[in-house]
Amino acid sequence: MTIAFYTLAAFILALGVLVVSTKNTVHAVLFLVANFLCVAMLYVLLQAEFLAVIQVLVYAGGIVVLYLFVVMLVNLKRGPETHVDPRRRDRMGLLIGGAVLAEFVAILLYGFAPRATGAAPAAAAPGVGNVEQVGWSLYVDYLVPFEVASILLLVAMIGAIVLAKKEP
Amino acid sequence: MTPITPAHYLVLSAALFSIGLIGVLVRRNLIVIFMSIELMLNAVNINLVAFSQQWQHVVGQVFALFVVAVAAAEAAIGLGIILAFYRNKETVNVDEITLMRW
Amino acid sequence: MPTGYSANDLVLLLPEIVLTTGLLVVLVADLFTGRSRQHWLGWLTIGVLVATAVPIVALSGHATTAARGLLAVDGFGAFFKLLFVLAAAITVLISRQYLEVEQARPGEYYFLVLCATLGMMVMAAGIDLITLFIGLETMAVSFYVLTGFLRPNRRSNEAAIKYFVLGAFSLGILLYGMSLVYGLSGTTRLREVAVALATQSDSLALKLAVVLVAAGMAFKIAAVPFHMWAPDVYEGAPTPITAFLSVGSKAASFAMLLRLLLEGLPAMAPEWRGLFYVLAVLSMTVGNIAAITQGNVKRMLAYSSIAHAGYILIGIVTATPRGVTAMLVYLMIYAFMQMGAFGVLALLRRRDVVGDELKDLSGLFFRRPLAAFAMLVFMLSLGGIPPTAGFMGKFWLFSAAIEAGYVWLAVIGVLNSAISLYYYVRVVVFMWMREELESASVHPSPGVAVALTVAVAATIIIGVYPAPLFELAEASAKTLGMAPRVLSLR
Repeated sequence: MTIAFYTLAAFILALGVLVVSTKNTVHAVLFLVANFLCVAMLYVLLQAEFLAVIQVLVYAGGIVVLYLFVVMLVNLKRGPETHVDPRRRDRMGLLIGGAVLAEFVAILLYGFAPRATGAAPAAAAPGVGNVEQVGWSLYVDYLVPFEVASILLLVAMIGAIVLAKKEP
Repeated sequence: MTPITPAHYLVLSAALFSIGLIGVLVRRNLIVIFMSIELMLNAVNINLVAFSQQWQHVVGQVFALFVVAVAAAEAAIGLGIILAFYRNKETVNVDEITLMRW
Repeated sequence: MPTGYSANDLVLLLPEIVLTTGLLVVLVADLFTGRSRQHWLGWLTIGVLVATAVPIVALSGHATTAARGLLAVDGFGAFFKLLFVLAAAITVLISRQYLEVEQARPGEYYFLVLCATLGMMVMAAGIDLITLFIGLETMAVSFYVLTGFLRPNRRSNEAAIKYFVLGAFSLGILLYGMSLVYGLSGTTRLREVAVALATQSDSLALKLAVVLVAAGMAFKIAAVPFHMWAPDVYEGAPTPITAFLSVGSKAASFAMLLRLLLEGLPAMAPEWRGLFYVLAVLSMTVGNIAAITQGNVKRMLAYSSIAHAGYILIGIVTATPRGVTAMLVYLMIYAFMQMGAFGVLALLRRRDVVGDELKDLSGLFFRRPLAAFAMLVFMLSLGGIPPTAGFMGKFWLFSAAIEAGYVWLAVIGVLNSAISLYYYVRVVVFMWMREELESASVHPSPGVAVALTVAVAATIIIGVYPAPLFELAEASAKTLGMAPRVLSLR
């Protein structure tokens, strides 16, 4: 368990850094898939099996394919990073990111370490399996946001067509 | 080795969130910026699932499912916007978005 | 197994159900409407909005929750829902002529306007983290598409990209904060969150969560220093959408912020009060000073809307029932004057004239005296000159600040109002200058005429006789769960 966590964590972070730092966009997309798959395995460690499957299906199977399509469609004749705005401050970005990380880690360690697993188990859901529990929660407790999310996905579908279709 | 507590997951997610943040701030390729935002959303999901296990219920996992749905919707829209922009001006470099002052 | 839903839930959710049905009808009707009869879609959309307003008004007296405690059905929500329906109706009215000039297809446009309205309504009614964030996202995604709706227009493309990148980025920050709130409280229902967090207000992790939530929401209301997207997006988006964005999206984000802070995080009041104090002062000052230097009216109104976000934030800093009342009053007044000003700008759009530069307004009084008079009313109201509604709104906000002991905040607000007069009056001066008189006159369509008449009438009537609006807002603010409790914490 412990070894699995540290291995996955190392992979997730290393792949994350690669996504952000690689010059080749296609490689970045592939690193992103690998990153998503590692996160899915992490969900299995956390006993969220259903979410792990969804992560693979939606992220690795859907979103990343979309990214790959666009990278191929937007076939750049020149490297996208050739033009550099002289006013850019890349070091600032790194500095801000580093500061944010340090702050988060300090606060989270301080805030959560003392009460690591002090939670009482909540009222047991009717099912036993993870999928059944998620289903009950999603379709009974959170039915209204689920319905609104369906409109959200409809908007995304129509919107993507409106934006991406060629001029008649 | 110490056992894995939720704090471990929080530190991992904070690190992943910061990597995404740096990506958004530093990179100029719009597609890479979108991918960095996906990394940030994944960090949020790791948080939610870790808390879900800590509290021994599935609410956090359901929250994470909604985040996945939103990420999918945003990816579709974001890439549609990139295509519309690319058709008019053959670039995906944010430094060339200069018609209005940034 | 009992699910906890009853037929009563269907009744309580009627506004959302009617609107959802209506937007699907508009989408399908678009398929069966020929190109020559597409203006009927606009009237169909207006019909849907009117049909939505009926159950909102009918349910406004309730103070209960629906759908297993995820949505509140109360006066506060009803007030905001009416505001959104009104803003959406004005948007549709001023859009038709604009869309014809731009040669854009109206079907999807009206559909997306209605979807954004649905998202806003969920944001105003939600008392649950997941529900609020799904509502926010439904609104935001609709606006990303609407901003980039004019595909051949590069400004519209760029505005969509900027709005999308910064919107998605801020969503990440907001969600990280929300995940911490959930982790610390173990629930997503705001009223349970408030109970669970009441004892751990000194937790550093909770403070981090409050900062992240505040930063994420500050992006949405365009408060300084999270405002950099607003001027570009407002300038590039189609003018009616800019109007809807600056009124509807802002009001919905304020409603969600009030729900989050007063219903979910009242224990952290000292922290978020301080944060929003700083944001309010920065937004007022930076917004007004930057607005002075703008030559583009849409851009100027963008900076002025940042400044107005600063004024409205005063209500959050006070967090008293009176402060919240003043926010509601101001948001309603702001809806009329801001939508009206953009309505006049949309009127100026013609085939070869974008109509959003200051010089496009020159001599407007001699070309279209009525439009110029309407613009005069809106500018005076935005500047807060006495006989108009804007004055009453500012008066209530500043007096609420003084009553809560924030005298300096009120002083800064008054000074900023004085600064803002400069650039509002400049617009008026341009309209009365007789130069570059163009013979090509702009003929307002019936829709634009109706929208502008309503906006002018409301701006003047509320300015002269504000009591009914104030009483309505006061009754609505009272129903916001925890407002009295925060007051007792001070």
